[in-house]
Amino acid sequence: MPDGGALIHARGLTKRFGPLCAVDAIDFDVRKGEAFGFLGPNGAGKSSTMRMIGCVSPVTDGTLRVLGLDPLTDGPAIRGRLGVVPQMDTLDNELTVRENLVIYGRYFGLSRRELRARADDLLEFVQLEERANDPVEPLSGGMKRRLTIARSLVNDPELLLLDEPTTGLDPQARHVVWDRLFRLKQRGVTLVLTTHYMDEAEQLCDRLVIMHQGRIAEEGSPAELIQRLSTREVVELRFAGDTPPVEGVFDGRVARVEELPDRVLLYTDDGDALVPLAHERLGPQSVLVRRSTLEDVFLRLTGRTLVD
Amino acid sequence: MTGAMLAYEHWLASYRRLWRASIVSSILNPILYLAALGVGLGKLVNHGAHPLGVSYVTYVAPGMLVAAGMNIAAFESTWPVMGAIKWTRVYHAMLAAPLRVRDVMIGHQLYFASRVAASTGLYLVALAAFGTLHSPYAVLAWPVAVLAGVAFSAPLAAYAAWAPKDSYLAAVFRFAVVPLFLFSGTFFPVTRLPEGLRQLAYATPLWHGVDLARHLTLGTVTWGMALVHVAYLVAFAAAGLWLAERAYTRKLVR
Ligand SMILES: Nc1ncnc2c1ncn2[C@@H]1O[C@H](COP(=O)(O)OP(=O)(O)OP(=O)(O)O)[C@@H](O)[C@H]1O
Ligand SMILES: [Mg+2]
Repeated sequence: MPDGGALIHARGLTKRFGPLCAVDAIDFDVRKGEAFGFLGPNGAGKSSTMRMIGCVSPVTDGTLRVLGLDPLTDGPAIRGRLGVVPQMDTLDNELTVRENLVIYGRYFGLSRRELRARADDLLEFVQLEERANDPVEPLSGGMKRRLTIARSLVNDPELLLLDEPTTGLDPQARHVVWDRLFRLKQRGVTLVLTTHYMDEAEQLCDRLVIMHQGRIAEEGSPAELIQRLSTREVVELRFAGDTPPVEGVFDGRVARVEELPDRVLLYTDDGDALVPLAHERLGPQSVLVRRSTLEDVFLRLTGRTLVD
Repeated sequence: MTGAMLAYEHWLASYRRLWRASIVSSILNPILYLAALGVGLGKLVNHGAHPLGVSYVTYVAPGMLVAAGMNIAAFESTWPVMGAIKWTRVYHAMLAAPLRVRDVMIGHQLYFASRVAASTGLYLVALAAFGTLHSPYAVLAWPVAVLAGVAFSAPLAAYAAWAPKDSYLAAVFRFAVVPLFLFSGTFFPVTRLPEGLRQLAYATPLWHGVDLARHLTLGTVTWGMALVHVAYLVAFAAAGLWLAERAYTRKLVR
């Protein structure tokens, strides 16, 4: 395979919708067996990028190779080897849970007999075996998402594209999905996912890029990004009423101060050292010292928090 | 073509959940219509001489056959097509798999044609039971009804894929499908229509289907006439398929 063994190779990859540039000349490579994440706020261009990789949206400009092939000429061949979990579910409500898997698998030219066996395995994998013969319509959002994930695995894909796999799920359902994705990764499936959740990115991704306004703002492993772009600790201050002026209070003692509508964040390598000063000068309602996370990196790069 | 067959399979699978309801109406509709028009209305129309040359039920039966096919084709190729693009997003699921836009479009058309074939097949049996078939050629009215169905489902699928919202679909029924049903020679000869409207009726695929089906059931068909009608319907269907592929591509690939 060319491109140094990259499963996905993008250079100057661009997507325009009329005058709007949704993806603006981005470069990245995804290697075999890794879990690669796109992190970014709404409208950053994550889905547009995923849809180009999934060969359902034509590239406007730049180079894109998926599994060593060109989506423009080999779209169906590439899609035959991909698993796709789109941002919006495309399950068929007229069919049962199991039929959704079997019929979708038929699109890949697999035999019905093979698919019936595989459907049982996949439903067990996502813990939906008890709902196998139920219609899809009344399933909960989390169950539908799990079914979509099962469906994406029906052709035993080498590369799995997951566009916000856990958005809208409750914490327990998210953990089930994370666990399943982790197991797939252990089996050697290459994962590419987008997410708004920092913990998801930290848990699942070996490497990620932070996208903002169609561009890649940063790239690295979660730990690397935190180390490079944030401090070791963060002190969060919350106030009962309006936030008092923070300007100058911590000069020379913090790397950075971030004022958010509901709280103030102090970036420092020693959080505990700031607590007495904060109490004395600002009288906050609550003070929390915590480890720095990707969320902080994200805030620094995009000036936005990523809470749904 | 294999891709189209796989898309077709999907529609057959989802039909399995609906077939009971639709089979009942496929059997009841022709009986009700033929009874009302033949035994009821026909009594009035046939009073005295036969102004149409044959009994009214014999006249109207092939028209009903082809019009029934048109109605099914029109219903199936409008809301379900828009739905598969916008609401259920079934087409998107197919396109994320190895199917191509053409497979998705043709697969759905195969399903429309199957639905028309099943319904008009039952209709033809009812026509025979009412004694309205006067020639062995009548059996050819069946494929003619299917072809006329595709001459509707193909351009209508193009329209539904293009249409920005679903009120456009109600409009096509109000201003095209229903008037055609009433004025394209189904219930009375188009020669009764005023100048202008008559030429318009001749340009519609329904009239070509109805006229050919009628000559087939009456046994008055000539090959030249049959060729013209079939060629017209095939051209209409082919143009519709071409437009549909373009409209699907514009909506689905971006
Ligand atoms: N089919 C389309 N036609 C026109 N504009 C589009 C289309 N799809 C996306 N866009 C625009 O492209 C930009 C990027 O959208 P995209 O869906 O890729 O963002 P995203 O990062 O996935 O956001 P989110 O987190 O909300 O899912 C947005 O401004 C969006 O409005
Ligand atoms: Mg998105």
